[in-house]
Amino acid sequence: MALPNYTETRYRIWHYFYIAICTFVFIFLIAPLFVIFPLSFNAEEFLVFSEGMKNLDPDAFSLRWYKDMVYGTKNPWGLAAKNSFIIAIFATLGSVILGTVAALGLSSRHMPFKGIIMATLISPMIVPLIISGVAIFFFMAKAGLAATHTGIVLAHIILGTPFVVITVTATLSGFDHSVTRAAASLGSNPVNTFMKVTLPLILPGVISGGLFAFVTSFDEVVVVLFLAGLENTTIPIQMWTGLREQLSPTILAVATCLIVLSTLILISAELLRRRSERLRGINR
Amino acid sequence: MSSETKQILTTDGIPLEISLKKAERKNKIKAFLLVAPLLLFLIITYIFPIGEMFTRSIDDKMITNMLPKTFKSMETWDGKELPSEEVFASFLSDFKILVEKKEHGKLAQRLNKEKNGFNTITKKLFRQVKRNKIDETQSIKEQIMKVHKRWRNVEYWQAIKRTAPPYTSAKYLKAMDMYLNEDNKITQVSEDRRIHRILWLRTVEVAFFVTVFCFLMGYPIAHLLATLPMKYSNLLMICVLLPFWTSLLVRTASWMILLQQQGVVNDFFVLIGLVSDDNRPEMMYNKVGTYVAMTQILLPFMVLPLYSVMKTISPSLMRAGKSLGGTPFVAFWKVYFPLTIPGIGAGCLLVFILAIGYYITPALVGGASGTLISNQIAYHMKTTLDWSFASAMGLMLLGGVLVIYWLYNKLVGVDNIKLG
Repeated sequence: MALPNYTETRYRIWHYFYIAICTFVFIFLIAPLFVIFPLSFNAEEFLVFSEGMKNLDPDAFSLRWYKDMVYGTKNPWGLAAKNSFIIAIFATLGSVILGTVAALGLSSRHMPFKGIIMATLISPMIVPLIISGVAIFFFMAKAGLAATHTGIVLAHIILGTPFVVITVTATLSGFDHSVTRAAASLGSNPVNTFMKVTLPLILPGVISGGLFAFVTSFDEVVVVLFLAGLENTTIPIQMWTGLREQLSPTILAVATCLIVLSTLILISAELLRRRSERLRGINR
Repeated sequence: MSSETKQILTTDGIPLEISLKKAERKNKIKAFLLVAPLLLFLIITYIFPIGEMFTRSIDDKMITNMLPKTFKSMETWDGKELPSEEVFASFLSDFKILVEKKEHGKLAQRLNKEKNGFNTITKKLFRQVKRNKIDETQSIKEQIMKVHKRWRNVEYWQAIKRTAPPYTSAKYLKAMDMYLNEDNKITQVSEDRRIHRILWLRTVEVAFFVTVFCFLMGYPIAHLLATLPMKYSNLLMICVLLPFWTSLLVRTASWMILLQQQGVVNDFFVLIGLVSDDNRPEMMYNKVGTYVAMTQILLPFMVLPLYSVMKTISPSLMRAGKSLGGTPFVAFWKVYFPLTIPGIGAGCLLVFILAIGYYITPALVGGASGTLISNQIAYHMKTTLDWSFASAMGLMLLGGVLVIYWLYNKLVGVDNIKLG
């Protein structure tokens, strides 16, 4: 962003002002995530930087809260993590299967009522979560699925499918349909064509939609708060109760683990996006 | 025109037009069948329950079923003077059935909501019925009127008549701090009890300002990301995407730590001398906390659509504007800015829609003055268990969101939403 030599002073000032604003915004976006790291290694019980930490005294740091997270007797994090992963994995599978199949239909040019159907399929993403929570709770209570894993998985499938539908239709929009016709002309049946030709090409889109669905389920708290019983507690529920009641540093240890997890997901999503663009021949 | 002679036939002798239509229909059905499983699933588990919220919010059938004979005989009553002997008699017979089923308490509760004072007089009537004090061979009207003086008051009978319809708009009026008074007129509740209107206004206010803040902060960095060379912008993009992928609760937790009185932000203010150490401002459990945390959490939803629009604007357009004599400001304002309007629309609507239904962050950092309408819905769902009231408020919120969603669809198109 070097300025040309002839730039007038006032534009120079404006330019540096602009850079300063951008720097501030980037710090604003990313800094909150980094506060958690050092504090989770705090040796004391308070959620502030102690004098020892400011002086980088090694005694002020400890793994105490990580030990508490794993071995703590009263801590429900183990059960919560198990539940969260089970629910998220099944919800992702369901969302990916239903969403991908629907996206295939939606991107066909023969699809009738495309607009309204698309709007319906996307609606769980747009409708405020609190309303989705109330509606889904009414259904699950009637179906006898409240406070069961099945109920929560179904609820997360509802919330996760829009992301899969969006990413897969986007991938299919650049899809060359002559390859499927070529496969058909060579005698392949539609299922075989899908598995051998279409799916490998749209796989990056499917997986990145799946990642969205996974994160949605793994991070979802509003609907789960309505549905979950004591047995179905998840990481977000535990964090929610923790943040409301006793803000203990153990939560920060959990939060650090979650940030590491989201970094991993971000990296895989980014790699998939690039691969998808390469496969579809988009060069930027 | 003789269409039959010019008709083109396929090899098996069927007219091409029909054959084509058949193939098209087959394709349509095929496409629809692919969408059907998800559509059906959503309709059953999601769209219908939202409809059920509506019936629940206006439902008032309970009392209609409790007093069937009374309401039947009240049909001919003009509602000006005390009703006839017939109405009293059918009320008593309905009431006796309720006493047998032990449901008279529910009736008293419901009627008391309509008009204060029903609790006492229903209890009195119950005692009389229980002791078989009411002689059905004599005038029932006279005997009921003797039970309590309020049974002689026509206003109480008018209140009963008002509960006759199986549907009610009371919950919606309550959400607007209004109610139907004795003359069936919409009235406002007394000033000190108007809590919901404040919450609605605050919800819209918070959503609006969060959108404005997101726009003011998101526009410059989206521009920077779109104009920087790839290798730098990819690195900076992580700053936008990492928060986007990080758990909402983690981000809220970090703001709680940053904004607390002994927190990093206050430490920094003290360090640069903005505030004194013993006079640290309260930044959490009020609107400031809600604004700051929500802006940071929703900012990526503003930056991503803006970025994807700005990326398509060729830099040569700005150069052309400048070469034609525009100063950089003019070139920006007249050339660049108008081209980014679709991105601005998409980002602002997305952020506004998400902000208006926010629940978790305001509940944690908002405190009492930061709670929004979603918190109120959750409160009635979980604490007071007034599900019909929660449904009514939810649907009012949904109505607002759907209008915005429709606008969004018109301006941007839902299939143009870009993620990451």
